[in-house]
Amino acid sequence: MSTTNGQTPSLPVYTKKDFESGIDPRWCPGCGDFSIINQVQKALPGVGVKREDIVFISGIGCSSRFPYYMNNYGMHTLHGRAPSFASGLKVSRPELMVWVVTGDGDALAIGGNHFIHAMRRNIDLKLLMFNNRIYGLTKGQVSPTSELGKKTKSTPHGSPDAPFNPPALAIGAGATFVARTIDVEGAHMGAVLKSAAEHRGSCFVEVYQNCPVFNDGAYTFLTDKAVKADAQLRMEHGKPLLFGKDNRKGIRFNPQTAELEVVTLGENGVTEKDILVHDAKREDPTLAFMLANLSLKPGFPSPIGVFRDVRRPTAEELTWEMIDAAKSKKGNVDVSKLLAGGDTWTIK
Amino acid sequence: MSPQATKVQQVETVTIRFVGDSGDGMQLTGTEFTRANALAGNDLATFPDYPAEIRAPAGSLAGVSGYQVNFGSREIHTPGDAPDVLVAMNPAALKTNIADLRQGGMLIVNSGAFTDSNLEKAGYKTNPLEDAALKQNYKIFLVDMSKLTDSALEGSGLSSKETARCRNYFALGLMYWLYSRPMEQQLEAIKAKFGKKPQFVEANQKVFTAGYAFGETSELFFQRYLVPASTLTPGTYRNVTGNYATALGFATMAKLTGRQVFLGSYPITPATEILQEMSHFKEHGVVTYQAEDEIAGVGSAIGASFGGALGVTSTSGPGLALKTEMLGLAVIAELPLVVVNVQRGGPSTGMPTKTEQADLLMALFGRHGEAPLPVIAAQSPGDCFWAAMEAMRIAVKWMTPVILLTDGYLGNGSEPFRVPAASELPPLQVKYQTTPNHDGAYMPYKRDAKLIRPWAVPGTPGLEHRIGGLEKDSLTGMVSYDGMNHEKMILTRAQKIANVVEDVPDVEVFGAPSGELLLVSWGGTFGSVRGATEELRAQGKSVSHVHLRWLNPLPKNLAAVLKSFKKIMVPEVNGGQLAFYLRGMFPGVNPLQFNRINGKPIKIAELAGKVLEAL
Repeated sequence: MSTTNGQTPSLPVYTKKDFESGIDPRWCPGCGDFSIINQVQKALPGVGVKREDIVFISGIGCSSRFPYYMNNYGMHTLHGRAPSFASGLKVSRPELMVWVVTGDGDALAIGGNHFIHAMRRNIDLKLLMFNNRIYGLTKGQVSPTSELGKKTKSTPHGSPDAPFNPPALAIGAGATFVARTIDVEGAHMGAVLKSAAEHRGSCFVEVYQNCPVFNDGAYTFLTDKAVKADAQLRMEHGKPLLFGKDNRKGIRFNPQTAELEVVTLGENGVTEKDILVHDAKREDPTLAFMLANLSLKPGFPSPIGVFRDVRRPTAEELTWEMIDAAKSKKGNVDVSKLLAGGDTWTIK
Repeated sequence: MSPQATKVQQVETVTIRFVGDSGDGMQLTGTEFTRANALAGNDLATFPDYPAEIRAPAGSLAGVSGYQVNFGSREIHTPGDAPDVLVAMNPAALKTNIADLRQGGMLIVNSGAFTDSNLEKAGYKTNPLEDAALKQNYKIFLVDMSKLTDSALEGSGLSSKETARCRNYFALGLMYWLYSRPMEQQLEAIKAKFGKKPQFVEANQKVFTAGYAFGETSELFFQRYLVPASTLTPGTYRNVTGNYATALGFATMAKLTGRQVFLGSYPITPATEILQEMSHFKEHGVVTYQAEDEIAGVGSAIGASFGGALGVTSTSGPGLALKTEMLGLAVIAELPLVVVNVQRGGPSTGMPTKTEQADLLMALFGRHGEAPLPVIAAQSPGDCFWAAMEAMRIAVKWMTPVILLTDGYLGNGSEPFRVPAASELPPLQVKYQTTPNHDGAYMPYKRDAKLIRPWAVPGTPGLEHRIGGLEKDSLTGMVSYDGMNHEKMILTRAQKIANVVEDVPDVEVFGAPSGELLLVSWGGTFGSVRGATEELRAQGKSVSHVHLRWLNPLPKNLAAVLKSFKKIMVPEVNGGQLAFYLRGMFPGVNPLQFNRINGKPIKIAELAGKVLEAL
């Protein structure tokens, strides 16, 4: 036991190892999931919560094996349904820190309904969605985030379906924290996870994750050293949305078209003052939604970082306020009073 | 004849059915009249029968809503076969219900509603009230309730629509007079109900009083009736519906154990009231969560159970179908969970507001893989209280999901419920594992002698563990694909549920312990079958009755009881599911069946007739 590092007095000092269950992960060699679990295990000692108060809940898919490898309480549940278990647990026991680990198929196809409702209710769930844009565990079928025209085992002639843009979906559904990071950007992911842990409310973190077996190289357009600077837009709260080599390019809001546009500093009189300053705390979600949509627009960089981070009363906070109010109003009612409520009559 | 001198005839039981348009307020009239009889000390049973549509076109046959109450000074088992009195508020209500009225029964009609347009909507070419056969078969009382209500409210300033909505109180007032109930309690009840809108308090009280006065002064009715108080077991009583009693049972469990009861549920007819009622029990330790769908309803409850709450989900047939994958998870995870299925007419959307018992086999077997779980069925509205408590006690003690079957008839129907003393309530201790159970480690699947696994909940240091839907090692709970371990786990889970039999009471035979014919029933048909048995025994027939509360495991003495009778008959509101189950469980036993699947409880007379044929 220690009272150092600013955490609650009774909190043990944890290291990464304290969060490893000792079971060797059974993901394919080179899978992006390894780097994600590594970052999560590195982040948890710093979140200020006891190991036994943290719960990981997953659905079905490669990502969903995650809880077995964490030395916390965990449940590996049903395909798509993890948010429903997590919501019940968190509403029932708000003092627990509840993480949901899911994939693009799990969260957005079979679990789409639970996903949007978890987001809109604003229950404090930290939902990590590993997006590899493919069904891995069933060996390579199209997923709800696969690109239009994508050839897979189930779409040999190309996918006819438009994909979801997950952060835009989460914002639309009412999530109060929405972020994106990339499996190979360890430091970035660590920072995003820390922000997610600090947030109170529905939390959506999309992790671009490479599947080396069924969709290898899905994100090289974003992660290759040669293109990275121009392809990634690193959003930081309170800072201008600059990107590109030497941060020469930026995002400007064009009031005439009501759209975001890419501009270059020094060209056509553009200065840093013209560049949109990122405000993740903005209550109105419109700008966050516009930023989220950039990733599907040709000629634009893909934003990574925190799109949105606003504080609102959570569903479990409101639920327990109502319960506490009922308790203080009615007091501790005896069981015999509960049973004999309403109209009664006596037979002698 | 002066009003005061109106003769009062004492009767033992009476069955009254109120029928009208969905908008006529018949459910309210029925429940208020029921309350009056309950407060007067009668035993009773009710049967609300309403359309699935909230407001079918006014005056149409589809829009007819009814409420039947059977009350008496002796024990009442069912809402009654055929009404003695039919109160019909419009032609459509008359048309759809007249066939049920017993020969010579009393027909009270709102003649003001028999307009050309209403007659046409009901498909009448001529006015049935002028029909000679009708007059011959029934005692008809024509009361223009529309006009009498209008004149009672003249000058009140209410719109004609608002005035029309008071009409049901005229009918109620008239019935109060006819059955000699004191007006004061109803005037108070109106005040309580409409307290926030004084103009409606006054209007409804006026109309109710006018209805009562009409009985007294019109000289239309030559006598009144009185049903004396019954000889129920002494105690404090209240009138409860099955859905309310179910909710009350769970809230009582929260109170008794000091543990949170968590209800995750999605609205579905006829189970919705359980969610609504439980949302009023917050101060007793109940948390309710209205999920986005049926699957999330049970998922949230299982999640809460993982956290140490007593998880419950409530639903009806289509919802149970959606929850089946979740039930498999609860079976393999071995977490406590109660699933209430208020059965309704199926398959598919079927008949949402009508009752049925056709989910028995789904409850017993409707999961993929080998996934046994205990199944309990309530037998009457008040019994839903006891059944809910029992289901929860079993779920917690045995770390298993339990299905509690009720049905639309029990859920919406009501009866007097004797309020139990705290000392009559079964004790239940909810214990969590707080220390390692195996060489300083925690093994989530290390079982006790009864094969029950421990329950360690998040927040307990040192017992961190993972469970889930994959097959698990029989000790560590780690994922295991070992074939022989799988077989061992299947057999262990099955044996654990078989062991639950130690908590299953033996069945009691009503009537002689052996004889010609044994009626075997389960669930909501209890009242009909017990009533028929009583009638047949009164006629000297060798008929006994066994009612099954436990469907899995079956009571230990059932096999011996079944073998003590020459014939067995199973009456059910389904195609013969219990009969099929008994044939499988007790080879050589081949019950006769009586199946009536018309959305209503079985009629005593009809069943008695079938038994006489079989004897």
